[in-house]
Amino acid sequence: MYFLETKEITKQFTAHLALDKVDIRVPEAKIFGLLGPNGAGKTTLLRIINRITAPDSGEVLLNGRPLASQDIFDIGYLPEERGLYKKMKVGDQCVYLARLKGLSAIEAKKRLTGWFEKFDILSWWNKKLEELSKGMQQKVQFVVTVIHDPQLLIFDEPFSGFDPVNAELLKNEIMELKRQGKTIIFSTHNMASVEEICDEIALINHSRVVLDGNINEIKSHYKTNTFKVQVANDDLELDAETGSVISKENHAYAPCFRIQKAQSLTNSGFLSALLKNNEIISFQEEIPSMHDIFIQTVQQP
Amino acid sequence: MGKIGIVIHREYFTRVRKKSFIIMTFLMPLLFIALILGTFSLSLIKDGKAKIVVVVDETDLYFDILKSSDQFQFIKATDEFKDFRNHSDESIYATVVISDDLLENPSAIALYSHKQVTNDLIRTINNCLNDYLTDRKIASYDISGLKQIIEDSKASINMQTIKLDESGKENKSSAAIASVIGLIFTFVIYMFIFIYGAMVMQGVLEEKTNRIVEVMISSIKPFDLMMGKIIGIGLVGLTQFFLWVFMILSVFIVCGLFLLPPSPQVLSEVAGQQAASVAVEPSMFQNAYQSLTTINFPEIILCFIVFFIGGYMIYASLFAAIGAMVNSQEDTQQYIMPITVLVLFALYTGIYSIENPNGPLAFWASMIPFTSPIVMMTRLPFDVPFWEKLLSIVLLYATTILLVKCSSKIYRIGILMYGKKPSVKEILKWLKY
Repeated sequence: MYFLETKEITKQFTAHLALDKVDIRVPEAKIFGLLGPNGAGKTTLLRIINRITAPDSGEVLLNGRPLASQDIFDIGYLPEERGLYKKMKVGDQCVYLARLKGLSAIEAKKRLTGWFEKFDILSWWNKKLEELSKGMQQKVQFVVTVIHDPQLLIFDEPFSGFDPVNAELLKNEIMELKRQGKTIIFSTHNMASVEEICDEIALINHSRVVLDGNINEIKSHYKTNTFKVQVANDDLELDAETGSVISKENHAYAPCFRIQKAQSLTNSGFLSALLKNNEIISFQEEIPSMHDIFIQTVQQP
Repeated sequence: MGKIGIVIHREYFTRVRKKSFIIMTFLMPLLFIALILGTFSLSLIKDGKAKIVVVVDETDLYFDILKSSDQFQFIKATDEFKDFRNHSDESIYATVVISDDLLENPSAIALYSHKQVTNDLIRTINNCLNDYLTDRKIASYDISGLKQIIEDSKASINMQTIKLDESGKENKSSAAIASVIGLIFTFVIYMFIFIYGAMVMQGVLEEKTNRIVEVMISSIKPFDLMMGKIIGIGLVGLTQFFLWVFMILSVFIVCGLFLLPPSPQVLSEVAGQQAASVAVEPSMFQNAYQSLTTINFPEIILCFIVFFIGGYMIYASLFAAIGAMVNSQEDTQQYIMPITVLVLFALYTGIYSIENPNGPLAFWASMIPFTSPIVMMTRLPFDVPFWEKLLSIVLLYATTILLVKCSSKIYRIGILMYGKKPSVKEILKWLKY
């Protein structure tokens, strides 16, 4: 059973179909990446999971039962368009938002102090939000999102607006949340971060899920059976049953061949066939990056 | 405390703790008094230069009668002024032409001018000539002492208005004081509804443009958020009102202690000791004070609160819906227009109702929910029948509930809509969701 599932969610806006029978399956204690080009419907889907908007048809299941209104206490949501009260003091508004999530004022203050210390931002407590820089505000917003210790965390473009140092900090926090057993859904355009932290993904394009599943399975599915092989001799001896050379690059030190492996061989079989006649310096399978898969999938006619 | 409570708490305390709120609460009454005194004293200042009025008197009877004042200077026409019609001397304000004996021919007088003359000038000329002509007429009867007789026969009464309470006790009342009290409450409720209603709109718009609303809506129902805001800001209004009542009451009591004559018992004792002392004429201030005490303030204040809550809820929910519909401050104008017209209509109806507080205009306007909170304030000091108050309140609150429901629907959808302004058709569609 999946922690969170959506079943055939459809949402029609006045002029266009935002989501068309979208199914996603999020396993528990995993990081789930929601990918897709701009305007694909990612944010709409996240809003539906948060019960901010209602779908026209379809349903969201949490632990196998339909999502109910009190479940939102167990969801932390970081919207794409960040926003807090500009004129309110940082501490006060964090307490306020935490209380709206069901914490008592005392508990909220205690937890906030902990988080603020962790992020080394305790000195901001009595500052007005508008006095902080955008990146600093993002940190505050992250704290607000996780303060009520929800089981499900939804981050819409969490890394946008962070400098590399803070992005790293945020990434570590997300990994830490996963270790604690939280389930995390996040949408992003940043494919590098997807490779680093996602376990599962769904790719939405033109309101539909066009690709989903475990990230390693997806990658192996997109493998083209090409290998990069460097050998000591100038030429490569290869018979037709093993594979065929696609191209050859002459490096100063040793030539590098791109080889298309024969379908019938396993990787080990392929390697041992090569070993017979060649002195091998390096051997590497070309695995497509998420970046390539993204572009390839989205640009499919 | 429920979620509405948390929202109310924030809306209330962030506003009440603001310096601007504290300053305004204490400065507003002073500003109000200064404004009234200021306009009053300004209206007393006359034009610096007297206007020149040329008198073309063909009978040679009346020029001496027209006395120049510091406003108008009458000068006798020389020959060159005879042709006043073609004269365009800027320095001459008007020309009075008297062509015949006014006793025989009362319409033989005319006032010519290039610009519209003021009523003041007409009144001045009328008064001077009428007095003179009356005297001459009296004299023409040739009865000795007639002028004295007529003077004596002029009666002047000074009627006191006395209101009886249930026990038949007499209370000196004053229609003028009642009107003033009514007007003050009318203005205050108008101001509160408008200022605090607009504040709700600002708050909604702030949340929308800040984009915090998405975070909020993922933790609280839109209806709760809207109601929390409306109630919280309404409480700020009531707080201000009570602070003002408290301030005025303290001034009133302090004035009463120092400026009022002692109570009748004390007075009679004093009178007993000093029988020869002159009768104490109650001063205008004391009269006013006495009249003030006949007005049922607790009831008026209670009604004020009831009507304020109803009226405020109606307008605040409309304002909240507007704030949710638009994307920026600039877009609000076209939606506020109808509300402004409605509130101003109520205010002017209230002001005109002073003349006839129980007339049909005042009655109907104090029944229609959009105008009733404001117009009813004018009528209250004039003892509105109980059933009218009750009917008005029932109608007001029924409309309030209906409007809050409609507004919350618009609010719920509008608050998450960014981009283009919704059309009227779309808004109507939102209502059906």
